Formats: sequence, structure tokens, C-alpha cells
Amino acid sequence: MSYLSDQLAAGKFVVTAEIAPPKGTNLAPALADVKKFEGITAVNVTDNQGANMRLSSLALAAQLQRTGTETILQLTCRDRNRMALQSDLLGAATFGIENLLLLSGDHSKFGDHPDARPVFDLDSVQLLDMTAGLMAGFDMVGQPLNGVPNFFPGAAVNPAAEPFELIFQKVSKKVDSGARFFQTQSIFDRASLERFMSAMVPLNVPVIAGVLLIRSGKMARFLNDNIPGVQVPESLLDRFDRATDPMAEGIAIARETVSWARELCHGVHLMTLGHEDKIPAILE
Amino acid sequence: MIISELKPLEELQQALSEFDKLFLVGCGACATVCKSGGEEEIFKLQEWLTEHDKDVTGSVVIDEACHIMRAARDLRHHKNAVQDADAVVVLACGSGIQSISSNIEKRVVGGLNSTFLGNVRRFGQYEEMCSLCGDCILNETAGICPVTTCAKGLLNGPCGGMEDGHCEIDPDIECAWRLIYERLQSQNRQGVFARRVPPKNWSQRRKPGRYSLRNSGRLKNGGR
Repeated sequence: MSYLSDQLAAGKFVVTAEIAPPKGTNLAPALADVKKFEGITAVNVTDNQGANMRLSSLALAAQLQRTGTETILQLTCRDRNRMALQSDLLGAATFGIENLLLLSGDHSKFGDHPDARPVFDLDSVQLLDMTAGLMAGFDMVGQPLNGVPNFFPGAAVNPAAEPFELIFQKVSKKVDSGARFFQTQSIFDRASLERFMSAMVPLNVPVIAGVLLIRSGKMARFLNDNIPGVQVPESLLDRFDRATDPMAEGIAIARETVSWARELCHGVHLMTLGHEDKIPAILE
Repeated sequence: MIISELKPLEELQQALSEFDKLFLVGCGACATVCKSGGEEEIFKLQEWLTEHDKDVTGSVVIDEACHIMRAARDLRHHKNAVQDADAVVVLACGSGIQSISSNIEKRVVGGLNSTFLGNVRRFGQYEEMCSLCGDCILNETAGICPVTTCAKGLLNGPCGGMEDGHCEIDPDIECAWRLIYERLQSQNRQGVFARRVPPKNWSQRRKPGRYSLRNSGRLKNGGR
């Protein structure tokens, strides 16, 4: 089993971070950046994140895996139909990639190819189901596989979204479809995280809380206006507005979120967006 | 109803640049209702063409331009005017345009873009509610189609982009899954939430669609 799954099974508090593939074929910066991640259990490799076209997440994850980095391959339904998704998953397995984060994906409208036809042949629940099928040795139409992949499939959730019951019924479906861990959207509010974690108790699936390093009030407002599912509350905007050193304030806020996660969750997922050097300070 | 809209005038002008004499065809059905290809629009098109030094040899608004045989019949009634023209300009949906182009040898220039199958909210306001997927799930979703009204066509609940019950691609649009959830709740039933919906059968929507009443499943007389 993957290192990530072992750590979670052993009740260790895991730390994940993420890296985006380059726009182009130059992998050197990404391979160098990943070395800066200190104390990280696994690294998510994003898949055309924000619907911006990049080198394939599978290619970078394969390279990282080969050089000894534990990866979590992100795979979205936006750019591939069910055949391509199955092919890519089988391919991923041959590179030793086990951890998956299976997503619907941001709409193409948000990215740099807004005229592209979004695929969404499957949704995230169906993608999880299909992955479970591959692990059981069958493709989506029930044909047996010659060589069976071994995955540790994860899913995403936005614990603060309303109506909560509606969000949670999808979480339950994802668990029924084989989600073995969750990584959450950025957390800014302890109460909604508590509500989510109590609802998760009967499902018994580990939750890795998303922690976003916000560098300034301007960035927070940009996120609110432009990133689906991210809503930085007014109280935090006020803190940034009052802060003399917004970066230090951002680190302090991230550190507080990490402390909630240490209490309530099974790990944190750090989104530092180019400020990986701040990771030790956030984890302090 | 098929919603259609006039192509950008520059594009239309470009498409007509090599022709001097034109015959105009409108449609009495959808294009009349959404005011893109009825009597009034054909008249305006004629004025615009005249301003741009084109001759209009004649015009007709066909009852339903998508009806291939009827379109052929109506065009025959205007045989001479069609014959005199260098090309035929059609203000109808893509179906209508192809009824015309399949009936005559003349070059056909479509003047409209067809956008979606629309419900009429009120005059001049149209909304897409059905995308003709061929595999209808409405009975489980309280009569709200997620295939069409969810921007991603998801079948198992909302995506992570839902904010305050609204869609990530347009905050003015309510999340289809929130609407489905609320209506099912008000009906005291679980509906689609009772199961994991399997991947959609897109073979039902294989192109080009063909349908013949002869081979279709129908209720017999007397309801048997």
C-alpha cells in the first residue's frame, strides 16, 4: 500500500502539499521545487488546475514517483471521457502511482481555454466507482483486465458549503463509491469544519483539511471573486486590512487552521502557491 | 422551441459578398416566435440588403422550415424568383437551413445561429431546460434536468463550485442540484438521492439521430 495510506492507517497526522505541472516541457523547476517541501507525506500533482492547460499531471507525477516522491495524482472529468480516464488510470498504475484525488474539475470557463468543450462524461462519484472497478480487475463494461491496478482513491469536499445536507449526501456517495480519504477545499471557519467532522464520524474515512496561505487582503478578495468554492470570510479580510505585515498575518491564520486540523482532522493539505519556504512556519 | 439569433452582420455581409441577387426564406415556427426569422425579420433583412446594393428577387416565410417536403412545396411556388437569385438566404434554425439546402441546387446562406432548445419564460426570454439527451432522468429529479441545467451535467449531486446555492459559472444561476434537492424535500421523497446514478448512456444520443414512428414503442388504442 502507498506511504500515504500507511500513515493514515497508522493514525499519523499527514501533511500534503501541491505542485502544478509547467506550461511547457521544462520539468526542471517543478522537480527542484518539490525538494523544498519539508516534512510532507505526499504531494498532489494538479490536473490543468483552474482549467488552465499545463503538462499532464500524469507525466509529472510519474517523474516525481520515479525520483522517490510520494504523489497524489489529481484527475478531473473535465478534459477526458470515460475511456481516456480509464486509460490514464491504468497508465498511472504502471508508474507506481497509487494515491489519487478524483475530481469533477473546474468548468473550462474559468481557464485559459474558455472555448474548449468541457467533457464531464463522468462525474466524480462515477469516476470513483470506475476506479473501484479497475481495482477489482474490470473495466467499466465488465471486461477483465490483464494486470490489475492498486490505488488509494481520494475525493474532495467543501465542508463549508451550504446546504450542508446536500453536500453531505454526495460525500456519502463518494464513500460508498470507494473514496478512502478526503482532501477539503480551503478551510477558514472552525465551526463548519467541526460540523463536517462530526458528520464524518460514522463514515470512518480520514479527512485532510485544506489550508491556503493567503498573502494579502487583495489576494483574499481575488480568491472570493475568481475561485469556485473559495470564500474568505469578512473577519479574515479585516485581519488582513489591519495587519502591518500581511504575509505574517497569512502565516498566522494558516497556523491557526493547522491547529484546528490537528484537533479535528487526520492531516492538512497546504496550498502555499509558490511560498513553499513558509511551510515549516505554518506547521510550527 | 429552437432558439436562434441573427449572425453578426459583418459575418453575414462577408458570406453574401459574392452574390448580387438574393431570395429570402423565413420560418413561421420557432424563428418567428423568437423574432429571428419571421415576416418582420425577413422584411428588415430585405431593407438591409437593399441598403447594401443587393437585389431581392422574392421571399417566403415557410410554415415550418424544418418540414423538408413542405419547404420543397413552398419553394416550388416561388420557382422563378428562386431561379433568378444567385443565392437563397435563410433565416431559420440549422434544421430549417438544411431543409432548404437539401431541396435546391442554389447556394444557401444561413443568416442565423441556432443556440438551444428553449422554454419560453415570457415573450423574449428563453431558457434551456432540456438538451435532448435521449435518456431522461426527470422522474427521479423532481422534474428538474441536471443534464441540462447543471453546467457540468453532473448526475450525483452538486460540484464543489456551488456557492450559496448558486452555480460557479454564473452567480445569477441557481445550482440545479440545490433546486432538485429542495423540490424533492418538499415532495417528501429521496428521488435521485436514493442511489448512485451510473454513467449516462450517451449511445442514446448518437449522431445523426434517426427516428421512425413505424418502429417506435407506443401506447395502443384503449391504453393497452
